[in-house]
Amino acid sequence: MSEKTYKPGNYPDLPPPPGTVGVYGWIRKNLFSSISNSLLTILSVVLLYYLIDGIIGWFFFDAVFDADSKIACRKIDDGACWAVITRRVGQFVYGFYPEAERWRIDITFLTMFVAFAPLLYPDIPKRKWLLYFSVFYPFFAFVLIMGGYFGLQKIEYSLFGGFMLTVILGVCGIVCSLPLGILLALGRQSNLTVVRTLSVCFIEFMRGVPLITLLFVASSMLNYFLPPGTNFSILVRVIIMFTFFSAAYIAEVIRGGIQAIPKGQYEAADALGMNYWQKTRFITLPQALKISIPGIVNTFIGLYKDTTLVVVIGLLDPLGIGRAALADTKWNGLSTETYLFVALFFFVSCFAMSRYSLWLENKLNTDKK
Amino acid sequence: MKTKMLLAGVTAGVMFAGSVLASTLDDVRARGKLNCIINTGLAGFAAPDDKGNWTGFDVDFCRAVAAATLGDADKVNYTTATGKTRFTKLAAGEGELLSRNTTWTFSRDVDLSQTFIGVNYYDGQGFMVPKALGVKSAKGLDGASVCIQTGTTTELNLAEFFAGNNIKYNPVPIETNAEAQELYKAGRCDVYTTDASGLYATMMSFDNPSDHMVLPEIVSKEPLGPVVRHGDDQWADIVAWVLRAMMAGEEKGITSKNVKELAAKDNKDKEINRLLGKDPLQGLSKLGLSADWAVNVISQVGNYQESFEKHLFPLTIKRGMNALYRDGGLHYIPPIK
Repeated sequence: MSEKTYKPGNYPDLPPPPGTVGVYGWIRKNLFSSISNSLLTILSVVLLYYLIDGIIGWFFFDAVFDADSKIACRKIDDGACWAVITRRVGQFVYGFYPEAERWRIDITFLTMFVAFAPLLYPDIPKRKWLLYFSVFYPFFAFVLIMGGYFGLQKIEYSLFGGFMLTVILGVCGIVCSLPLGILLALGRQSNLTVVRTLSVCFIEFMRGVPLITLLFVASSMLNYFLPPGTNFSILVRVIIMFTFFSAAYIAEVIRGGIQAIPKGQYEAADALGMNYWQKTRFITLPQALKISIPGIVNTFIGLYKDTTLVVVIGLLDPLGIGRAALADTKWNGLSTETYLFVALFFFVSCFAMSRYSLWLENKLNTDKK
Repeated sequence: MKTKMLLAGVTAGVMFAGSVLASTLDDVRARGKLNCIINTGLAGFAAPDDKGNWTGFDVDFCRAVAAATLGDADKVNYTTATGKTRFTKLAAGEGELLSRNTTWTFSRDVDLSQTFIGVNYYDGQGFMVPKALGVKSAKGLDGASVCIQTGTTTELNLAEFFAGNNIKYNPVPIETNAEAQELYKAGRCDVYTTDASGLYATMMSFDNPSDHMVLPEIVSKEPLGPVVRHGDDQWADIVAWVLRAMMAGEEKGITSKNVKELAAKDNKDKEINRLLGKDPLQGLSKLGLSADWAVNVISQVGNYQESFEKHLFPLTIKRGMNALYRDGGLHYIPPIK
């Protein structure tokens, strides 16, 4: 069959030749365009089938979701033994927080979203009222989690662990380090020598020291400086170190944003008679922060994942809880299941953060659209 | 110069402030709880069960001290510590007792100003190999690749043992026990070496433990024991005698099942009477303990044998060196009189 030829002139709209459009067309063009490509496609499909079959089988079909021990799991089926997770899910989430008091963590966690909503989504209805709650929230959360007031049972920090510990460390670190980072960034750009020098020293020191060293300082050194008997909770010490560390990075990210603003804008602001704080509030920060969003979120995600480092000073974050679970003779050896579960948790939280930052960037990206 | 003197003054002040504090026992009683520093997770020695309760051989000792001093073995706050933070946590007062499979060495005892109150587990570095390797003795490991945790005493012990026997080996440096398990299972190293108790725990985590074996050679001395801070002899004595009471329990056949019964009656063996508070034990008041201290320990936690069998037998660890002296082991306690 020869190809049809057309003479120059007007023709009605003709459909594209068959076999070049639609699913069939796509497959033919991308997967079976030549003999070698066809062979590769078939080979890949076969390989993928075996791989996915094995993985899905291990994850779901051959997996055991509830059993008393690893040995019991193996007797039922030879896939993943998720029983180590299902039997210990409470520990993974709450650490050793007493079971009867866990509702306090649930409430704190749920209300956290209410407190964050007006900060994260400016268009939310009744934002002003919600903002009052956001201001009040840290005290509320502290009292609820630690206890000791209003007839709530006091909970020792050593019982904290699991995802709850990660969220506490991560959220406190993130919330405290952003304002501190902004102040440091402004301080570093300041004309006042003392403020500038102090900011530079702080930033360079914190960035120059590995986080793990700071954590050891928090866990060991601080105790030597404080009089014996003062029980300055290790949790607070660690949060302070995380905040300082991440603030130094945030400060540098924001400084990049500040320096991206053309000098002409400052001169214009000066010409309008704005003072320093007005300039900062209306000219510098709105633009600098907008530019820095990806960098800031990047730092936050880094901080969030760095919370796993507390395991070296003996705090039981999800990774620590996982290791402790593996030390139980009943579950010894199920490291794949445990670490995958912890990885899933971190992926979900970090992915949510990164999606939010994309949304915010698009929302604020008014000039370059 | 002035700053130096000021610093010295402050340091001295801090140390002085530390020494005039109330006794450790009073602190514990005032708090109503014993703060005990334990491992973040080591099979058989300290691990949380599914309910979140810490259990294990080292945990039992924390419970025993709480039972002796507070009358209730459950009154313990557990603080977890890694190998790197355990001593500073103890020195900083985050716990009164460090019960975390800690090897007793000269510098830890002397240089770090701590008191090792005894040995509750005699460990030693051993070698694990797959049976398929066909090796029956560590001296047959010429040319083997050995998984070894870096920065530990085991590294030095290994080098000394192999050099002493003129054997060549390839070290495969690893960071954690979990990593070692994976490498060993994957066949990246022929031999895994660490403390024998750890080897048994690792072996039990395999799908087919019987395919592996621990070689008979033990190449180092690792006496593990509870540790307290220097400076409070009363507290050190309490902790030491709690350990001895547990061993005395085994020696005299006092178990958690029969301790109440033995405490109630007049026994022929007067040592049992003194231990269980039937006959007066001279000087007990100096320890600040009540007469039923040992009854509390043995009834709530059990004697040494019960604790050992409960936590370490599941790991297929044998009594070996950890048997009482009369059974050919090393545990020999002073008489209770």
